[in-house]
Amino acid sequence: MPLILSIALSHLAHRRRQTLVSILGVALGVSFFIGMSSMMRGFQQDFVARVIDTQPHVLIRDEYRRPPRQPAEIAHPSAAVGLSGLEPRDEPRGLRDARAILDAIAAMPGVAAAPTLSGQVLLRFGARDVSVGMTGIEPSRERLVSKLADDLIAGRLDDLSSAANGIILGEGVADKAGAALGDMVTATSPAGVAMRMKVVGIFSTGITAIDNFETYALLKKAQILQDRPDTINRIRLKLADIERADEVARRIETRFGWRTESWQEASKNVLGIFVIQNGIMYSTVSAILIVACFGIFNVISTVVFEKVRDIAILKSIGFAERDVRRIFVLEGLAVGVAGTACGFLLGYGMVEFMASLEFEIEGFVRSQGFVLDRSPWAYVTAGGAATASATLAAWLPARRAAKLHPVDIVRGGG
Amino acid sequence: MTTPAAVEARHLTRVLPGAVPVTLVLDVELSVMPGEFAVITGPSGSGKSSLLYLLGLLDRPSEGWVLIEGRPTADLSSDDMAALRLEKLGFVFQFHFLLPEFTALGNVLIPMRRRGTLPEPAMRARAAALLDGLGLAEHRDKRPDQLSGGQRQRVAIARALANDPAILLADEPTGNLDTASARTVFETFRALAHDQGRTVLTVTHDSTLAAMADRRITLVDGRLSRGA
Repeated sequence: MPLILSIALSHLAHRRRQTLVSILGVALGVSFFIGMSSMMRGFQQDFVARVIDTQPHVLIRDEYRRPPRQPAEIAHPSAAVGLSGLEPRDEPRGLRDARAILDAIAAMPGVAAAPTLSGQVLLRFGARDVSVGMTGIEPSRERLVSKLADDLIAGRLDDLSSAANGIILGEGVADKAGAALGDMVTATSPAGVAMRMKVVGIFSTGITAIDNFETYALLKKAQILQDRPDTINRIRLKLADIERADEVARRIETRFGWRTESWQEASKNVLGIFVIQNGIMYSTVSAILIVACFGIFNVISTVVFEKVRDIAILKSIGFAERDVRRIFVLEGLAVGVAGTACGFLLGYGMVEFMASLEFEIEGFVRSQGFVLDRSPWAYVTAGGAATASATLAAWLPARRAAKLHPVDIVRGGG
Repeated sequence: MTTPAAVEARHLTRVLPGAVPVTLVLDVELSVMPGEFAVITGPSGSGKSSLLYLLGLLDRPSEGWVLIEGRPTADLSSDDMAALRLEKLGFVFQFHFLLPEFTALGNVLIPMRRRGTLPEPAMRARAAALLDGLGLAEHRDKRPDQLSGGQRQRVAIARALANDPAILLADEPTGNLDTASARTVFETFRALAHDQGRTVLTVTHDSTLAAMADRRITLVDGRLSRGA
């Protein structure tokens, strides 16, 4: 064993109890980091995966991002024009150039599209009214862009076409209405059209917002119900490479002018919450590590204080300042490495324990137990941060030790 | 003079700075030859230890300079001074300063390991031979707290000799020892000088022991006094 390391370890062995407490501190910091980040990242990745599975990667809506510019503004581009009391033109809504858009998308490789008509309807079953969103779909195209067929927990997607007026309900909608497969519900649209529809399927995506508010019907039926024949107001896109969503959305919006959202933009709120969530988690865990570092600082300061004579003799023997500094920095590093190793074991145990828990949660998503991320990322990050900060905590007392003047200590007689 | 002095001091002065500066050593001119066993004596507070630390490169003079084997040391960095101490100088202090977690053998090995010029088996053989030579053959594997005061001081001497230094410096090495042990230490020093040709320079206030040396250097108020 190198001399400097054996001296460093002898110091730590001398202060066994304090050293163990410091190692435990680091271990707790590391294991909590591993446990928490496994839980958070697991949940976040699961959420994003579900969003990517169930939501369109890109959604084209029959809206404009900005109100159209008024003639006065166009005529005086550099003037400060104030307009008040404007009433927007009552345009017929819908993607009027849907054919052209669909043709353009068909030319893009790795992009599948399905036209839909979405709108609000009121479902009535017995004495209950449930306000829901209804999406009119073409089953053959729908298969290309969503996992609806896989998400069905009752009925089949093809029954939409075979039944006279079929409707597929989200699990939460069915619960609220009290309707089951085969029941006849009455759908009423804001246009005043009412239609008797037969429940031919129930789906569950696991995302509460969808399961509790969405329903599907054939595009043609939806157009009749909304009194908007031959109109579609949404085109939903599925991409082979989800990372291209932003780029594809921008291209379509630039070309056709309709508001086009990528899944990242659509889930911006939730993704923003994740950022805050991560911030809270990392600062909590860092606090544990900082406390552990104070522990390390404390042990090494104590050792330096106790070992001034040893330091003096080592310097008189011919140890340079950096040799002395290295001894004490090495002590911090040793505590950091030992704490990290224990933290890895504890953290692994914590993740496995959380994995064994089973319970129902219903928030953004519905799941049984924790969804955990088991990537080595957390281990590498926590281990790196712990080792680096332990070394840093040792640096200050080590520097003081290196600067000690042997003459002040060894002085014997006059 | 063909061979340079082992240790040489020129106009050596050390003043502790402060509101009231304290002069520890004043204008000392001194040279100690290889193979010479010299003692520095003087009343307490006369600057004996301060002079020894200056000669041993543990402290830097305020004025004047120190030459080790004819080599000036004034311009050396603290790292270079540490390297020179490792190679040329051995120290023994009033307190043994053995590392409590290491055995006698382990303590003697420390300077050799730091220097790293010998392979491990050779270092161990040399450390064992040094301890045996000082009558500590059966105490090699004992820790300092299992040794008597005299034995500890001899381990400290063995450690000072570990890297075969040309110059051995001792600061009141017998201050904590009984008369018999103190005599043994001084006899060892004399043998080191006369039989092995090392320069031994030791601070003591015990005139009986001082009489065993070849030469006596007396300090009064930080200055050399041409006495005994």
